Amino acid sequence: MEQLMNYLLEHREMVFIIILSIFLGVEVISNVPTVLHTPLMSGANAIHGVVIIGAIIVMGQAAADNYPALVLGFLAVVLGTLNVVGGFVVTDRMLEMFKKKKTKKES
Amino acid sequence: MYEFWVWFSYVLASVTFIVGLKFLSHPETARRGNLIAAAGMTLAILVTIFLYRNAEGQPLGNRGLIFVAIALGTAIGWIAAKRVKMTAMPQMVSLFNGMGGACAAVISLMEYPHHSFEGGRWTLAAVIVAGLLIGGTSFSGSMIAFGKLNGNIGDVRFRGQMILNLLLLAALLSLGIYLTVQSQPNMPLFIVMAGLTLLYGVLFVVPIGGADMPVVISLLNSFTGVAAACGGFIYNNQVMLTGGILVGSAGTILTILMCNAMNRSLINVLVGHFGSTTAADGAGSDKGAIKEISIADAAILLSYSRKVMVVPGYGLAVAQAQHAIHELEKLLEEKGVEVSYAIHPVAGRMPGHMNVLLAEADVPYSKLLEMEEANNEFPKADAVIVVGANDVVNPAAKHDPSSPIYGMPILDVSQAKNVIVIKRSMSTGYAGIENALFYDPKTRMLFGDAKATLQKLISEVAAN
Repeated sequence: MEQLMNYLLEHREMVFIIILSIFLGVEVISNVPTVLHTPLMSGANAIHGVVIIGAIIVMGQAAADNYPALVLGFLAVVLGTLNVVGGFVVTDRMLEMFKKKKTKKES
Repeated sequence: MYEFWVWFSYVLASVTFIVGLKFLSHPETARRGNLIAAAGMTLAILVTIFLYRNAEGQPLGNRGLIFVAIALGTAIGWIAAKRVKMTAMPQMVSLFNGMGGACAAVISLMEYPHHSFEGGRWTLAAVIVAGLLIGGTSFSGSMIAFGKLNGNIGDVRFRGQMILNLLLLAALLSLGIYLTVQSQPNMPLFIVMAGLTLLYGVLFVVPIGGADMPVVISLLNSFTGVAAACGGFIYNNQVMLTGGILVGSAGTILTILMCNAMNRSLINVLVGHFGSTTAADGAGSDKGAIKEISIADAAILLSYSRKVMVVPGYGLAVAQAQHAIHELEKLLEEKGVEVSYAIHPVAGRMPGHMNVLLAEADVPYSKLLEMEEANNEFPKADAVIVVGANDVVNPAAKHDPSSPIYGMPILDVSQAKNVIVIKRSMSTGYAGIENALFYDPKTRMLFGDAKATLQKLISEVAAN
């Protein structure tokens, strides 16, 4: 128990961020119309691609002759990139459809 | 000063994620929101590669390889995302989500052996183990969801499956706790855990009905968010933490909103075995006969209607018939027929699927009616064309308490004077249940591929 308390205290800022982020996440999307559920899910999917930062750090710290670590790290960076790039591009394609219709209407 | 710029960029990136999500929730700003978040992500990635310093003040090495990996991932991701058909979007999202989960799991796998967990550092072990467990489940689960939506994998159910799943989950959690309290890494056991985690992800998703995959993807999406946040804890990295937790909480709320749209609870979706084979014959008691209609008769019926409503479903998406239906709509409008579309919130494979698809075919936004509005309009409609939709128009949801979809709000098309159902065959919909609508005296069936049938209808209507 004491260990846990110490740990939380040691990471007090991070715990703080987590709790505020949870509420923020709920708040920020609470009024989304059904039409946008899919693009929103897809956009959120791209955002958790931020995990790639961890992949870059772990890859960047692997010793240059530690081949298993290099291979795994390489794989992690590729996977993370797929998540980020694929996620954002797919979302943009979905939203492009909405936009096209909008400009047509105005013209 | 490196530390400052890294920190500053991470703050900026976190802000773009929040603003991005906020903008994504409104139709006018959605696309901009996505681009803003993407810009923030790019900034965070570049700053990490060039300016990040670890605890000993060392910059990152292997930059050449990192760039090669990023280039490779970008090329594959970009091409895949650009090439995928609009109908296959849901499985694509699932695939990319799985990649993120796998990434988090691999990070845990690489970090685990490098740490000693002596002297109260068990919490670090806990975060690493959680990253593996959540990321791994998200990966294998997403792959199964992908396979299901892509039609490669069917629903697999067997006796005692739920007990097996619960036992496996209990085993995983115990193993996780055991690994957490060890003072030194136990790599063989960690790898065993990785294997079991992947197995669990498969078993978790495989019994869930294909129609519920959107909800499952949304849930796994928030899992991956939490897995990314675990990575944030490992590296004391704020942007991973905010990004991950934001998606974790927003994703959870979105999952619940999706369940609400179907009037079901998340638990019901996950363990309810929607459309299990035992419930399949629920509505089959007094079927009556189905009646077919010829293309020519259907064309005449439509041409001489005053008001026609279209109910699109997944069949429309599969047949890529969105342009054909729009053409039919324009043709009928020229003949003075009023045409509108009734969109069920969960029609297709994802909420909003039909809106995206019809928008692609340039159907004006004002012609798309939401469910409530559409249900008010049906009694005034002379004819309703149901194109490749099934469960969302199944009256069993209203009348049959034994039906697995009982309670789900439906489009009440039988209020209209005539109903034409375009369908490939009499097979059941995704939920695997019979549809009494097809036996309704007002209903006429028009069997065939949605696109081909609509094209025949178009030429008939044009000739009239």
